[in-house]
Amino acid sequence: MTAVQSRGVARIRAAFDNARAEGRAAFIPFMTAGYPSATEFPALADDLLARADVLEVGLPYSDPLGDGPTIQRASEQALADGTSTRGTIELVRELRTRHDTPIVIMTYVNPIYAVGPREFMRLSQEAGVDGLILPDLPPDQDLEIADLAAEHGLAVTFLIAPTSTPERIKLVAEACTGFLYAVSVTGVTGAREGTALGEVPAMLELARQHTDVPIAVGFGVKDAQTAHEVALLADGVVVGSAFINAVHEGRDVPALAKKLADGCVR
Amino acid sequence: MTLTLPSYPQPDERGRFGRFGGRYVPETLIPALDNLDAAYREAKTDPAFLNELERLLREFVGRPSGLYLAERLTRHAGGAKIYLKREDQNYTGAHKINNCLAQALLAKRMGKRRVIAETGAGQHGVASATAAALLGLDCVVYMGVEDMRRQELNVFRMRLLGAEVIPVTSGTSTLKDATNEAIRDWVTNVRDTFYILGSVVGPHPYPAMVRDFQSVIGEETKWQLGELEGREVPDVIIACVGGGSNAIGIFAPYAYLPEGQRPRLIGTEAAGEGVDTGRHAASVAGGRIGVLHGAMMYLLHDHEGQITPPHSISAGLDYPGIGPEHCLYSETGVAEYVPVTDAQALEGLQLLTRLEGIIPALESAHAIYHAVQLAPSMSPDQIIVVNLSGRGDKDVAEVMRLLAKVEDAPGNAERQEVRA
Ligand SMILES: Cc1ncc(COP(=O)(O)O)c(C=O)c1O
Repeated sequence: MTAVQSRGVARIRAAFDNARAEGRAAFIPFMTAGYPSATEFPALADDLLARADVLEVGLPYSDPLGDGPTIQRASEQALADGTSTRGTIELVRELRTRHDTPIVIMTYVNPIYAVGPREFMRLSQEAGVDGLILPDLPPDQDLEIADLAAEHGLAVTFLIAPTSTPERIKLVAEACTGFLYAVSVTGVTGAREGTALGEVPAMLELARQHTDVPIAVGFGVKDAQTAHEVALLADGVVVGSAFINAVHEGRDVPALAKKLADGCVR
Repeated sequence: MTLTLPSYPQPDERGRFGRFGGRYVPETLIPALDNLDAAYREAKTDPAFLNELERLLREFVGRPSGLYLAERLTRHAGGAKIYLKREDQNYTGAHKINNCLAQALLAKRMGKRRVIAETGAGQHGVASATAAALLGLDCVVYMGVEDMRRQELNVFRMRLLGAEVIPVTSGTSTLKDATNEAIRDWVTNVRDTFYILGSVVGPHPYPAMVRDFQSVIGEETKWQLGELEGREVPDVIIACVGGGSNAIGIFAPYAYLPEGQRPRLIGTEAAGEGVDTGRHAASVAGGRIGVLHGAMMYLLHDHEGQITPPHSISAGLDYPGIGPEHCLYSETGVAEYVPVTDAQALEGLQLLTRLEGIIPALESAHAIYHAVQLAPSMSPDQIIVVNLSGRGDKDVAEVMRLLAKVEDAPGNAERQEVRA
């Protein structure tokens, strides 16, 4: 299967192209499915989708290796509230009835294996999921998952990090369809003090030698200022923990989404 | 130099034991795993490294550990001779120190100043803290708060040794969550930190490297049994399995012998309150293939891939997965894995204590129990070797609590009785 045939790839590409045409980096908010509860999540997602170029929905998982405490706690809360793997896909299906914005699911591999890779892709395709972000799947671990995703019209995003060697960057960049995700720091997700982007430009430059898919940068983007700094370097800006913190603290999510989306203007 | 590290035909170049194993981790760690793999390959044949490891295993750990014929236990069981491989004689009280010293030496060789570890029973944490103190490294140990409660003494030992013990409250607050936390720390501090992993789990090369470092157990057993019985290969080897490092340490040197020359290899899994109760940690008997902590293995998880909380009386076996090499052994019939319950382990512990004057770790007690079950079906000229992975000092407070409960229960007086 080639990327060209993939519905998700085309839709994600269009979203990035559209943002660029408007002088922005694509704004990609993240929210854990079923957080803070299964009933409150849809309205929260609506608020984010009002600003998003792409929405990243986290599939809550019991043992998230790449996430910091904020997203981990959100996952625990969502699971405790009964959010399941199939339930997460259903939530996307529901959002799809109201929104045309591309939606990607961030998931660790175990839920995919447990449901069965083919079944997982089939369900995702039917629900209108556009792509997958796989934080614990280096692309050379399992080629079947990417193939099955492509077969079902889904884009696949793998990650690179500041520790990635040039060979790894090449391998990952070439495996990505949809967009490539560059992790800004060595570390887990989470808003942190003084995000340093020192290593990002070199990483992006290397990646761009091997792929023409858009590159989004995430991990640690917490306010309009950091979003803007990232927007000047990358094609997209991912913001996760900052939104979960805002929900947790009862702050105004639409206002934060507006601020961060404005930060993505170049 | 006398020490050599073994070379086994598994895993393949990609770190797979058949379909098991691999490296399902954030990309951030892949270069570090490549570096570790390269450094380990180099160290494995470097006389300077091997000499130092050999010296420490001998002078610091007290190796070789004994291979001891448990005569009264043998008589009690009535059948095959039961030998105990005495990893409980090791300094710090368990097999964990073999691997920790080796990994800490490797850390030092790689120029890392900071080591991190996860621990369940605390034995791996104590061993890591000990190795760090010995070699002058900073040490941070992650431990679930539930395990900190069960293993208070080991928490104190680690702190006394200068390690920082970080309580983990996420998930089930046990070993799996401590492991998540250690991996997250490693993702964050990968450039200057060495992760001393405590069992034959995790991403490649850990399952292979930890196995190689623990193989000293089986290698010693070979020549010791040769001296004592005139044959290197027993009929049966039994070892408890959490992640599976003590078991692989005694199995692997025998597992790749041709069929027919291989002893029966039996791993005892923690069946907790019973495999059918759902309150257990038996990943082969009660699990399905999945991915956790970077490797594909038999795993306790629900139909949508959420890890289900394991349960065992012993913190060291309270883990929802089992090392990928064991999964391959199980699939190919090289080894068998049998469930042993909490109550049976407690029985095994009391039996060995009263008959031989050896208080085993609750983990090891699972293997003891099964040996006593199996021996009567065998003949007196046959030999069972039980890997006594550790001593029970760490468990006595918990056992005291548990036995008080048992004794309070009506009609239970006779269960305490042991005849020899
Ligand atoms: C005495 C003892 N035996 C066994 C184990 C289980 O570890 P493994 O399955 O890796 O041998 C532990 C772990 O803490 C232990 O302390």
